[in-house]
Amino acid sequence: MSGFPILSLMLLVPLVAAIACLFLEAKPARALALAATLVDFMLGVVLWANYDIGGAQWQFTERTALFAGFSYALGIDGIALMLIMLSVFLMPICIGASWTSIEKRVGEYMAAFLLMETLMIGVFAAQDLYLFYIFFEAGLIPMYLIIGIWGGQDRIYASYKFFLYTLLGSVLMLIAMLWMVNEAGTTDIPTLMAYDFPAKAQTWLWLAFFASFAVKMPMWPVHTWLPDAHVQAPTAGSVILAGVLLKMGGYGFIRFSLPMFPEASAQFAWLVFALSMIAVVYTSLVALVQHDMKKLIAYSSVAHMAIVTIGLFAFNTQGLEGSMIVMLSHGLVSGALFLAVGVIYDRLHTREIDRYGGLSINMPHYALFFMLFTMASIGLPGTSGFVGEFLSLGGIYQVSSWVALVCTTGIILGAAYMLYLYRRVAFGEQKHADAAAMPDLSLREYLMMIPLGLAVLWMGVYPESFLAPMRADIAALDARVARARPEGDAKLAMGKGKPAHEAEAAHEGAH
Amino acid sequence: MQSILFIVFLPLLAAIVAGLGNKALGALPAKVLTTGALFIACALSWPIFISFLAGNAEATVVPVLKWVQSGTLTFDWALRVDTLTAVMLVVVTSVSALVHLYSWGYMSDEPDQPRFFAYLSLFTFAMLMLVTADNLVQMFFGWEGVGLASYLLIGFWFRKPSASAAAIKAFVVNRVGDLGFMLGIFGTFLVFGTVSIPEILAAAPGMAGSTIGFLGHRFDTMTVLCILLFIGAMGKSAQLGLHTWLPDAMEGPTPVSALIHAATMVTAGVFMVCRLSPMFEASPTALSFVTFIGAATCFFAATIGTTQWDIKRVIAYSTCSQLGYMFFAAGVGAYGAAMFHLFTHAFFKALLFLGAGSVIHAMHHEQDMRHYGALRKQIPITFWAMTAGTLAITGVGIAGVAGFAGFYSKDAILEAAFGSNTQIGSFAFWMGITAALMTSFYSWRLVFLTFFGKPRWAGSEHIQHAVHDAHGHDGHGHDAHAHDDHGHGHADHGDGTAGYHPHESPLVMLIPLIVLSLGAIFAGIVFNHAFISEGTGEFWKGSLAFSEHLIHAMHGVPTWVKWAPFTVMAIGFAIAWYGYMHNTKFPAMVAEQLGPIYRFVYNKWYFDELYHYAFVVPAFWLGRVFWKQGDIGLIDRLGPDGAAWVVAKGSTYAQKVQSGYLYSYALVMLLGLVGAISWVIAG
Repeated sequence: MSGFPILSLMLLVPLVAAIACLFLEAKPARALALAATLVDFMLGVVLWANYDIGGAQWQFTERTALFAGFSYALGIDGIALMLIMLSVFLMPICIGASWTSIEKRVGEYMAAFLLMETLMIGVFAAQDLYLFYIFFEAGLIPMYLIIGIWGGQDRIYASYKFFLYTLLGSVLMLIAMLWMVNEAGTTDIPTLMAYDFPAKAQTWLWLAFFASFAVKMPMWPVHTWLPDAHVQAPTAGSVILAGVLLKMGGYGFIRFSLPMFPEASAQFAWLVFALSMIAVVYTSLVALVQHDMKKLIAYSSVAHMAIVTIGLFAFNTQGLEGSMIVMLSHGLVSGALFLAVGVIYDRLHTREIDRYGGLSINMPHYALFFMLFTMASIGLPGTSGFVGEFLSLGGIYQVSSWVALVCTTGIILGAAYMLYLYRRVAFGEQKHADAAAMPDLSLREYLMMIPLGLAVLWMGVYPESFLAPMRADIAALDARVARARPEGDAKLAMGKGKPAHEAEAAHEGAH
Repeated sequence: MQSILFIVFLPLLAAIVAGLGNKALGALPAKVLTTGALFIACALSWPIFISFLAGNAEATVVPVLKWVQSGTLTFDWALRVDTLTAVMLVVVTSVSALVHLYSWGYMSDEPDQPRFFAYLSLFTFAMLMLVTADNLVQMFFGWEGVGLASYLLIGFWFRKPSASAAAIKAFVVNRVGDLGFMLGIFGTFLVFGTVSIPEILAAAPGMAGSTIGFLGHRFDTMTVLCILLFIGAMGKSAQLGLHTWLPDAMEGPTPVSALIHAATMVTAGVFMVCRLSPMFEASPTALSFVTFIGAATCFFAATIGTTQWDIKRVIAYSTCSQLGYMFFAAGVGAYGAAMFHLFTHAFFKALLFLGAGSVIHAMHHEQDMRHYGALRKQIPITFWAMTAGTLAITGVGIAGVAGFAGFYSKDAILEAAFGSNTQIGSFAFWMGITAALMTSFYSWRLVFLTFFGKPRWAGSEHIQHAVHDAHGHDGHGHDAHAHDDHGHGHADHGDGTAGYHPHESPLVMLIPLIVLSLGAIFAGIVFNHAFISEGTGEFWKGSLAFSEHLIHAMHGVPTWVKWAPFTVMAIGFAIAWYGYMHNTKFPAMVAEQLGPIYRFVYNKWYFDELYHYAFVVPAFWLGRVFWKQGDIGLIDRLGPDGAAWVVAKGSTYAQKVQSGYLYSYALVMLLGLVGAISWVIAG
């Protein structure tokens, strides 16, 4: 594979297809979009298969200097590989989800999605700071369009809210990037990741990046754009928004904030913990009282993303790996849950929870998948949700038992709001004749649900497939942030008269 | 030992095939498949147990698959078999196989049978993963897996609002316990650097006396860890405070109550404490806590059991109470006795539940004992089976001679509590003795109300429905007319039967009853040497902390202690006989006299109401406040909406929202890039 620009090809395929879609009728546009996303998925599989675990940190690198130090530089490590896989895996499913539900301006819709795929892969593959910025910010434009044109009734308000929040963050981030390039004299991300910025400068640089990533995550209290955006977005828009776009915030932390500003990260860890703890409790409780299915799942996303942030700022391997798995798992599970909502929305055209009920009777297979994803969302061991949550929370426990305790309440609250949702949708009597008449999953819907279900179980039972490619990169990051690692609150003190070797062994475990 | 792979994974395979095949597969193949798998698993389990009993088997671990490796934290899927596991294997697979068989009859009218049997087998798989766990995380997998199965089975009749509510309650309350379990695992990893159970247990004694920071204070390390883990056990085993889900779980079909909510899942907490007994041994404080909770639960649940009318709820509170015995046995260090009671209890409690199911089956789903009576002649086999179960649970037996199963295990526990010679041990002993009196009372009360006296069936709506339906179908027009015309219903039969004829259950239900009856009668006398006599450290082979010293102390207790359980049992029987056979006005009179105390106990000490107002209502209230006042009222108003107001004031251009923002956004980006590039060029 050496030398073959597979990443560029992965960017190019959807881009070309996007342009072509603009000029096509509905039917061929759908077919072309599906074909292009499937080809990209295939390329992703080839990419993964050829990724050399334990090899160079950056693989499949491409570099073309353009002008003034700005270059078209691509390359991936294990972390980026996993997020790219998530993106290319979800894209064909999104096209499938839009197959019948989108009827107006189909060509343009498909073009927007394909363009977004290019930009998403670009974000994760970019090795140049400015290139990253372009992908990172431009990726939102197709999302505005998708919400603004193909969205629900209040789509204008939602897309504007989305815009306002992200604008705030990105301006600050851009200023910080300009300063960094000036200071370090390079736009090369791997070089910057090893560059030691002065501690004072780190503080405001960190805050500037934080403004952008916190909005993207989203963290409390800058999360209020998310429920509106989700509610108004078409199903596939929600899937990609929850599945991939939210991961850009976490990716930003792991790629920029932590390695580039380790001291500042440690300095502000309390802020991240505080906001995350609030988010877990607050948004879980808000999720409990929602009447709108999509809003409920959107709020649950905020709570799950808080588990990501505490894991990242735990400054240890379990926290970092856990966060990555939570991101991947949440990408699959929340995507699947939005899809599950979409399936019944397509039939009844309402997201109002009370309009459903007793779906286990007339849609038993649907109820089965919905149950699986519900369980994955509340982190049942054996599903993907557990592995990430467990590692993240275990990571943070080593730093602070308080943070761990508060955030672990998420497993109780999460069970409460998800099972309450499930009960109202799938259990009980069939209260409404129209809901009772809905047919079970169609072949197209099976084809979307089954891969997601299998992936969720795979990641839960054998997460090694996903952890292995990232292991070396997480270890490198762990070593990079080691110097700023905060001291945990456990401070194990041995009793008197211990055999020395035992005390030592225990100490190792406790770091 | 490779057979363990079949024991564990056959039920999973059967569950998947039956569950996914569902209606396409059909009820019969699903039943044959799942029940067959369980009988095979059971047949493979007993030889393992017997080889441990004979002392010619060693603990082994069969690796299955890598699970997680993250830094120094690693855990794999693996199946551990040692004495403790072997005991659980026979309990789980035997009861499960019998319950599968029993369900053929009990669930025969159910249209959704494949789903039911798939859930049962799924449960068995999860339970087996729990008991074969070699590390804490796999134990947690099984722990939550049985929780899932329990949720699905309690909510099996999902159309009933009460069933789906009970299912959620069970899951969420268990999650409260699981919070403790999870934090306990994290703490254990932090302290020991591993989650492998044998490694932790080997290192645990060395940790005695060390301290650790937790929630801003310093505590004894092992106390923190053990109490956190024990909170998990309290949730799963429905101990005081986290017990509220268990009575509601009776919404599930009765075979489920027998398997999950009596014999196996709810004993997982006891199993966990025994499995981790060397950890608990390192913290006297934690052990006292375990003893206290166990003793308090055994008393508290027994009080409620004496007042309930629903046959299943009586047995549910009885289960809760018996689990308390097991915990305080573990708390005073008598892990062998705890496991022994777990073992015997599994047989006689499953028997009582399945017997109750047989009664309910005969009485057309009526569960209120006030509408039973005089059933002993109608359903004699059920009657005798229930009697065997009652003799076992009340601990009938003559010290030094012979007795029913519960006699051996319960007396051993009480002797151990007394013999432990500690304050908390004496507390547990007196609580246990009082609870034993109540146990005898409510168990015999159940038998007398159900099988003796005069029929009181006419008062039951279920029975009336059944009679109506039967007559309608049979075409006895005149009879149905008579019922319709007379408002006073079925009193015209005069004998309280309403013309209803209960039938004994079919053979598939009776066989499990008979087999379990044999267990209830003989499990104690056959196995007590292995579990709790001197030298049984040989049997346990270090799979739990076994104290020879305590065994000696148990044998050395005064004679009155040995006779105390028998005495209170006899008193309980006498009161029940007097109140429900001789002077049937007596119980109502006592209830009247006790007034508020009776109502307090009858209403289950108001735990449900307390939790409702302390947790559920505030949670919803806070959720609404955070949403309406927090998100919309504060954040949005000061954030995006406020900004929009400013922008709208400042510029009419920006009001052309969609395109306007898009262009301005692209413009900002472009300007930014131009700025960046010029800066770099200039620099």
